[in-house]
Amino acid sequence: MEALAGIKVVDFSWGIAGPVTAEKLAEMGAEVIKVESKTYVDPNRLSRDPMTGEYSGVNQVESFNSANLCKLGVTLNLKNAEALELAKKLIERADVMIESAPAGVMERLGLGYETVKEINPGIVMLSTSGHGHEGPEAHYVGYAPLFTASAGVGEMTGYFDSTPAEIRESVDYVSALHAIVGLMAALIHRKKTGEGQHIDLSSREVMVGTVGDSLMDYFMNGRVQTRHGNEDEVMSPHNCYRCKGNDSWVSIAVSKDSEWAALCKAMGNPELEKRFSDAYSRWTNRELIDKLVESWTVNYTDYEVMDTLQKVGIAAVPSFNGQELLSDPHLKERGAFQVVEHPEAGARLIMSPPWRLSLTPPTISHDAPLLGEHNRYVFGQLLGLSQETIDKLIEEKAIY
Amino acid sequence: MEQGPLSGIKVLEFAQLVAGPFCAKLMADLGAEVIKVEPCNEGDEARKRGPFLNDSPHPERSGLFLYNNTNKLGITLNINSQEGRKIFKELVKQADVLIEDNPPSRMEELGLDYPSLKEENPGLVMTSITPFGHTGPYRDYKAYPLNVFHSGAEGYVTPGGSTFPDRPPLKIGKYVGEYESAISATGATLIAVYFQMASGLGQHIDFSKQEALMMLCPWEISRLANKGYLVTRFTRGFRFAGVLPCKDGYIELCPYKDDEWDRLVGLMGNPDWAKDDALKAHAVREKRASELKSNIGQWSIQFTKNEIYHKAQAKHCPIAPYYRLDEVANCPQLKARSFFVEIEHAQTGSLKYPSSPYKFSRTLLNARQAAPLLGEHNEKIYCGRLGYSSQELVKLRAAGII
Repeated sequence: MEALAGIKVVDFSWGIAGPVTAEKLAEMGAEVIKVESKTYVDPNRLSRDPMTGEYSGVNQVESFNSANLCKLGVTLNLKNAEALELAKKLIERADVMIESAPAGVMERLGLGYETVKEINPGIVMLSTSGHGHEGPEAHYVGYAPLFTASAGVGEMTGYFDSTPAEIRESVDYVSALHAIVGLMAALIHRKKTGEGQHIDLSSREVMVGTVGDSLMDYFMNGRVQTRHGNEDEVMSPHNCYRCKGNDSWVSIAVSKDSEWAALCKAMGNPELEKRFSDAYSRWTNRELIDKLVESWTVNYTDYEVMDTLQKVGIAAVPSFNGQELLSDPHLKERGAFQVVEHPEAGARLIMSPPWRLSLTPPTISHDAPLLGEHNRYVFGQLLGLSQETIDKLIEEKAIY
Repeated sequence: MEQGPLSGIKVLEFAQLVAGPFCAKLMADLGAEVIKVEPCNEGDEARKRGPFLNDSPHPERSGLFLYNNTNKLGITLNINSQEGRKIFKELVKQADVLIEDNPPSRMEELGLDYPSLKEENPGLVMTSITPFGHTGPYRDYKAYPLNVFHSGAEGYVTPGGSTFPDRPPLKIGKYVGEYESAISATGATLIAVYFQMASGLGQHIDFSKQEALMMLCPWEISRLANKGYLVTRFTRGFRFAGVLPCKDGYIELCPYKDDEWDRLVGLMGNPDWAKDDALKAHAVREKRASELKSNIGQWSIQFTKNEIYHKAQAKHCPIAPYYRLDEVANCPQLKARSFFVEIEHAQTGSLKYPSSPYKFSRTLLNARQAAPLLGEHNEKIYCGRLGYSSQELVKLRAAGII
């Protein structure tokens, strides 16, 4: 069974936050039609590999394909009047419309919410952007590292004596997930009342929400919290410790005295327990404690430390890298990865969708669409255009 | 009064600290009725964590608790007593959704696992938020937020562009991984609620925070399998720009596209070093990253964050300031969207809070009700909903059940 079977989504978005929103709905059974154009392909299709700098062509970009699984792909040149009409037909039959253009762009294309709701009053339209569609910074460029910086999350991340940290695509994914919360709430409202509406989401505000408790310190006490590496305000040990091997680390966190006692015993250093027998003395001596713990962990692999310490009830987990995750026995047993066949890129390993709903699990029906792959299916089968009409529109560069 | 989009949805929360409570809070802020079940006497562990108003520890004045529990009703219940578990099942019968974050084996021991609760309420959507999920060899492993974050791949690559090979990988923010997990869990839960409304069928969501965090950087993992290289914090990050110094802190600069580079050069006043035609190619800029970064840094250091931010953005040049939290709190953009809202609370008076990141055209959803005091709604729920008399409530209290 599919949770969102029957829901139709038309996805005009590009980049990551918007496309991933639509992708997650597709994995839960919604029909998602992604609208692009050769005159403006999703810029994610143009991304170079961040490591090698190489470009593998519009259909083989890893970051694009991973953000657009299970979608149908069409190309419409929205500056062409006939193409715009087709876009409106797609909107007319849709339950959800997603767009991520800077404020004002959809209006200029003739697809702003005022027009959209005339075509389809029950539609739920999501506009996702860096700063939202109102306010003095609404038009500002909103890439992930930018809105995370101006949201205060960068300033809260890093080594105490160094710069704030640049945070990348993960926050686009978080925005997408928060967008789903908003979209589903609006769809639930629609189910009760029949009313559609427009949602204006700001990714920057999503990220401000993730440092909300630290902001409360400012609102309550005027205190400005900042970055402190892996430190906690009361716990010690609370850090990553070097292990045997190349750049290998294990995170260890101790909250209770009993955990501290068990750790000292496991490290073969029971005298240490009495030296720092309460949480406060451990915290004030955290640098020394970090050194002592690391002088033990460095003799073992990160997995050995996890196995040894978890057995005695201590929270120890490697700072996993991609390689470890790919071969990790726990994730293997949970089926966290799967292979999807891409018509051009071949077999690709992807993460299985992590939402494990017992009755309606997500499924990967197919990899991301090639540019314009489903033009004939969507315009022919779904909108009922004849082959000749489609040929003509392709020739006129309306379907383009 | 206008109602939120989730009005009429009944949520029961049996969770503590950040991830579970924030998940239920997002639904409460959207109009769902959330009943938060706290242990008697001490309540949610978050009540013991700071920040505290005026730095004076008090269970009703924890900023962590207040932030994560707006718009909820609060009751106390001793789940370790047989009567307590019976009452819990009564509450489950009246709920559409249960959010819980207990170790998998604990819910089984209590007889409150999904198969048991499904018998009480077949339409129930139960979301179990745990570090590693309900199956697999790590299901009973202990993990605090630090461990959870580092289990999900992004820790290992943070801070990106690190120049400290001897230093450890880092977490993001304080509880960012917990909030991110909560947002993901809420999305999954609302999809199940939608399906429940359509079909009448409930289900269990086995939500692993580790997998939720891995999902946020899938390519950092898959690139090894598909492209053959491992991303590390030394190779990640924007190379020829990124974090740059200015007079009063740092800015972020990320000119991904060629036209953005051109605009940057214009913004810097076309310096001689940038006139080199070779620099028109992104690949060359990457190759000469350290030279470029140093040159751009000598320009950026002459200005304040805000000078450079607004000047750059007026020319669509991708720059943003690394704001401190006081700057975030007073930022005109967030003010214009009324992102911070004042909420009155019996023990703290009126305080500002961050609210929701979206504006709905039809339904209102700003947080308006402060977090519940410990056991504040016992009478309302136990008498009003479950039909206990005030006298019975006194007896249950004396027996340590509520």
